[in-house]
Amino acid sequence: MTVEEKKNRLTDIMAAFIGYTAVHLPDDIVSKLEDLRDAEDDPAARSIYDMMFENMRLASQLGRPSCQDTGLVQFKIECGSRFPLIHQLKDILHDAVIKATAETPLRPNAVEPFDEINTGNNTGTGAPALFWDIVPDDESCSIYTYLAGGGCSLPGHAMVLMPGDGYEGVARFVMDRITSYCLNACPPLLVGVGIAGSIETAALLSKHALLRPAGSHNPNKKAAEMEKLLEDSINAVGIGPQGLGGSSSVLGVNIEYSARHTATIGVAVSFGCWTHRRGHITFDSDLGFITDTHAGFTYGL
Amino acid sequence: MTETINGRTTLTTPFTEEDIRALRTGDVIYISGDIVTGRDDVHIRAVSEGMDLPAEIRGKALMHAGPIVTGSAEDGYSLVAIGPTTSMRMEKLEYDFIKKTGVRLIIGKGGMGKRTAEACREFGAVHCVLPAGNAVFTALCTEEITDAGWLDLGMAEAFWSIRVRELGPLIVSIDSSGKNLFEEKKKEYASRKEEQLQKISKRLETIL
Repeated sequence: MTVEEKKNRLTDIMAAFIGYTAVHLPDDIVSKLEDLRDAEDDPAARSIYDMMFENMRLASQLGRPSCQDTGLVQFKIECGSRFPLIHQLKDILHDAVIKATAETPLRPNAVEPFDEINTGNNTGTGAPALFWDIVPDDESCSIYTYLAGGGCSLPGHAMVLMPGDGYEGVARFVMDRITSYCLNACPPLLVGVGIAGSIETAALLSKHALLRPAGSHNPNKKAAEMEKLLEDSINAVGIGPQGLGGSSSVLGVNIEYSARHTATIGVAVSFGCWTHRRGHITFDSDLGFITDTHAGFTYGL
Repeated sequence: MTETINGRTTLTTPFTEEDIRALRTGDVIYISGDIVTGRDDVHIRAVSEGMDLPAEIRGKALMHAGPIVTGSAEDGYSLVAIGPTTSMRMEKLEYDFIKKTGVRLIIGKGGMGKRTAEACREFGAVHCVLPAGNAVFTALCTEEITDAGWLDLGMAEAFWSIRVRELGPLIVSIDSSGKNLFEEKKKEYASRKEEQLQKISKRLETIL
């Protein structure tokens, strides 16, 4: 394949994959929702779970987006420095978003600030958002896709705590948000917490935390223990599906961190709604691919 | 008109004040007839800018929603996916919106605040929650897009008129006595949150 042909092929696969993730939830989320439904004692909450599963079935059957808010498209890219399309990747993902918007179809959500005009194709200044990480001396490319809906982006929050606030301060920061703004954000939610030295590093890590599977644990044992403590505590609040009450509240709590300044605890929280449209696809240098989020996704077979 | 269809309480537009005032928070209902979509920009135009809505909605339902629609005015529209959006965003303008338009039933996601509850009590309206994220399920409760207004606002913010059939389940979250289900839930959750924080704070202090 020429570079142009490769570029077209990667654009087509990514457009198809983005569209697929709008229709089909990732396997780990479906499995977690099954667990929550089966453990639900409240009959009203259970009937909401039944509606959610019926919606997933209908979305798959009819090939339509499972939620009308198909979000702003975001990508976290772990790109090998020798991946053959590294120079073209930004344009490829931009074009893939336009193609997915027309073909799936996705709802056009991107609005240019100040002009206050919807661009109509989900791209615009800095959109789609790309979070790059270059992997030295590697020729593969791993791409996380995320459709960031408005409802669950709305309660996102970040601030810098003082060391005296401690990890109890972090727990309060997260839980205050959960019991106020998050009732509207389509619970059961996946909760992403970022801990770092300042506000922007914490915020980005909180989004990266949402890209980890539900039920995964931070490799640091103490961080993993805090994930569990927060998950159990938030579940004990009993927010239930749609905030109307139930046996649980969250799909999980994922914490990501980086070294903080000795004088600060930057903390941020991002939320993923129950219809958590996250995808992960990894390409080799010939554009063969595997995905660990959507076993049902195929292209060109 | 209120009737029981397949064991479900079903209200049909135009809703009478009596139909609406009979509802209580926690009731589960379904609706048939005419609804419109309207969210942030529709409220700004109708209330802040004082514009007339593209269609009369007295006695009908407003859904806080931005659907995915294909087609055109010439060839007809099809509704691909629709579901409620966060109602609280409209809290600031909803009192005046209800007062001005005479809308009787508002469908959304999550709760609304004091001013909306006041409007519900004064003018005889309710706010209902439709379980969100179920956009195909909900689209299949619609029959037809009957009109499209304010398309310059974009697909999500436009004023779509839609005929629905047994749209639901709708859970009444604010009734016309001003009772507010989510405000009660929030107090319950906040008190449980404090208990939980107290429980884990000792462990967080010692473990970390």
